[in-house]
Amino acid sequence: MFQTTSSETSFQEISTAQLLFNVCRNLHQVAERVEALGQFVMKTRRTLKGHGNKVLCMDWCKDKRRIVSSSQDGKVIVWDSFTTNKEHAVTMPCTWVMACAYAPSGCAIACGGLDNKCSVYPLTFDKNENMAAKKKSVAMHTNYLSACSFTNSDMQILTASGDGTCALWDVESGQLLQSFHGHGADVLCLDLAPSETGNTFVSGGCDKKAMVWDMRSGQCVQAFETHESDINSVRYYPSGDAFASGSDDATCRLYDLRADREVAIYSKESIIFGASSVDFSLSGRLLFAGYNDYTINVWDVLKGSRVSILFGHENRVSTLRVSPDGTAFCSGSWDHTLRVWA
Amino acid sequence: MAGVRAGAQMPHLSKMERVVVSMQDPDQGVKMRSQRLLITVIPHMVAGSDLVEWLIQKYCISEEEALHLGTLLVQHGYLYPLRDPRCLVLRPDDTPYRFQTPYFWTSTLWPATELDYAIYLAKKNIRKQGALVGHEKEHYGQLHRKINHAWDLVVTQAREQLRAAKQRRKGDRLVMACQEQTYWLVNRPPPGVPSVLEQGPERSSCTAGQAQMTKNIDFYKREMELCRKALGRARVKSSVCLEAYLKFSSQRELHDPIMSGCLPGNPWVTDDDTYWTMNAPSVAVPTKLRVERWGFSFQELLEDPVGRAHFMAFLGTEFSAENLSFWEACEELRHGGQAQVRAMVDAVYQQFLAPGAARWVNIDSRTMERTLEGLHQPHRYVLDDAQLHIYMLMKKDSYPRFLKSAAYKDLLAEAVIPPEAKKRVFPFMRKLPHSSPSPALLPAATAGGPECGEGGA
Repeated sequence: MFQTTSSETSFQEISTAQLLFNVCRNLHQVAERVEALGQFVMKTRRTLKGHGNKVLCMDWCKDKRRIVSSSQDGKVIVWDSFTTNKEHAVTMPCTWVMACAYAPSGCAIACGGLDNKCSVYPLTFDKNENMAAKKKSVAMHTNYLSACSFTNSDMQILTASGDGTCALWDVESGQLLQSFHGHGADVLCLDLAPSETGNTFVSGGCDKKAMVWDMRSGQCVQAFETHESDINSVRYYPSGDAFASGSDDATCRLYDLRADREVAIYSKESIIFGASSVDFSLSGRLLFAGYNDYTINVWDVLKGSRVSILFGHENRVSTLRVSPDGTAFCSGSWDHTLRVWA
Repeated sequence: MAGVRAGAQMPHLSKMERVVVSMQDPDQGVKMRSQRLLITVIPHMVAGSDLVEWLIQKYCISEEEALHLGTLLVQHGYLYPLRDPRCLVLRPDDTPYRFQTPYFWTSTLWPATELDYAIYLAKKNIRKQGALVGHEKEHYGQLHRKINHAWDLVVTQAREQLRAAKQRRKGDRLVMACQEQTYWLVNRPPPGVPSVLEQGPERSSCTAGQAQMTKNIDFYKREMELCRKALGRARVKSSVCLEAYLKFSSQRELHDPIMSGCLPGNPWVTDDDTYWTMNAPSVAVPTKLRVERWGFSFQELLEDPVGRAHFMAFLGTEFSAENLSFWEACEELRHGGQAQVRAMVDAVYQQFLAPGAARWVNIDSRTMERTLEGLHQPHRYVLDDAQLHIYMLMKKDSYPRFLKSAAYKDLLAEAVIPPEAKKRVFPFMRKLPHSSPSPALLPAATAGGPECGEGGA
């Protein structure tokens, strides 16, 4: 009963696997009856030049037109990207500022990188005030800061770090409110869930895992491990029931939280460079992904096909976010520029 | 060790190698030919245009994408041009290219040391009789100063390698020189050319040592816990989940500016920000699409300040406005500053939960008991149960009534449908995009943090 020959075991394994494969349908099969998307035209509508080195991260302001961007040389710039005017600039005391975020009120920004910290700068238009003077040091990690995000208000910040942990901080006091341990390696990205009773977020790391956390308890609620390489970016589907991830294995994947598994892969044989940054259009039908081969691929989330490829950047695309009202998306690149596409 | 670590961080290199290997397949690969270069004949060459064509056929991609992919292969040193070899670009014409020998493949990731580079430059220097140019001349000078103590070794090695090379046929010598030159163009790119090897700050995961360290007892205990949780978790059928995406995306399609456009026009395309003015957070008359969205989900309604205000007014007519106010107060507590927690919990208790409170909310006795118990040790999540109860009450009860109410129907009827902006007749008369005041300048009217006051207004 216990001893089976190796060939018998493998036959059983294959049968079970096949059964499971037929039963566990994926999104693209179900979406076969959905109408295909037509011709897709998106162009660069704004090019933001001003960074002297690689742009590493960007975030939109809730006013749908301002953005904050950070770069390798330590500069953090706030732009009105509609007019392309620079409104604020700060020089951080460290290089490789890999994370930056705009506060929900629009009155402050947060950033950090190789300094292992996350600092908050209130935005001031007072010419007599030096923005760096009012800087608040909020988060402290033991390795580089890879991602940061304000929660629903200006008063809490969520951070991810190369030290393998995420953490929630009180901005005013710098107090650590909760820490999240579980990744086996550097955490590279995070995204807050748009859930109505919301208290969860997802993080992705170099251990190829995407983990969903309960912000209250610090516990990992769900984990997904199907990528073959570092996960560079995670972003929730607009309904909050799923999230997408972009990885160095050149694929993007969609994970469903209620079904507790991967439900779609977005890949193409001709795409061999890692995806650095992903985001959904407002309806969740399109997935924009920036890649290390300088391009942006636009995916039909439901059908799994690639709708369009956008050229323009002259070095790897490092960051990509859709604007809050979904009218455009902005990409930042190692070619020192940011582009707004619509 | 360096090779192992970097290799793990660069999976695209092995993928490029697979492409290049299939390009050289005798049956399915790119057409090979021999090319005459001056007086020598070089075999196994491919034309740039053939490379592009092969990529188009193999991956079903456009010419632009094929050219882009091919260029990346050349930039990473997997192919090199024999004409103008200093320039690693892919020309879609009859420019001849050759495949780099695996010995020099980028994925070997040898630490291209200063010594190796010095020997290479020294060889070039000797061959060209001291006529190195540009950045190579500069580097040569720098290295001469830096590793002066080893310079005899450098020159000896250079001479030795040149002597060994002379024993080969002229064609082979030419090819080997090109191969080596390509290797150095990738590892020591000329100024202005970004290095394709740069990967950004090191990710410690790739070090074998680190991986060993973390897989200890705690790591496996956590893994076991995760598996246990996964086993016990209630899952929703895949078919249900997948259908939900179809439904969600089709419901929102018309509300997605990138999918369906937006009226009067997308500001980024027309340079006209009327769309934003008409959809401002607290506009007097919301657009039709916006009012429709309030019917998609309770969350959509609450997230929109205008929607929430109308819902509050509606609750007022039903004498249950304190529910929404309570929910808002709980949100403020959850997302507020740590120092304010105690005071906020007190305020909420006094206003909404205490017996005889001015705006007492109706929570079931069990939740109320648990909440009151928790108030002895106030923390930001102490009201979560009560908040959830009230939220579900509004969602299941008041919200559906709101959607059926005359108030909502009137809002839909009065809502604006912006006309499509007329296309400007004279395209060169571009309006300059309006600037708008930064949120950091405005007084703290909208829900924002205390930092807003410092906006220098």
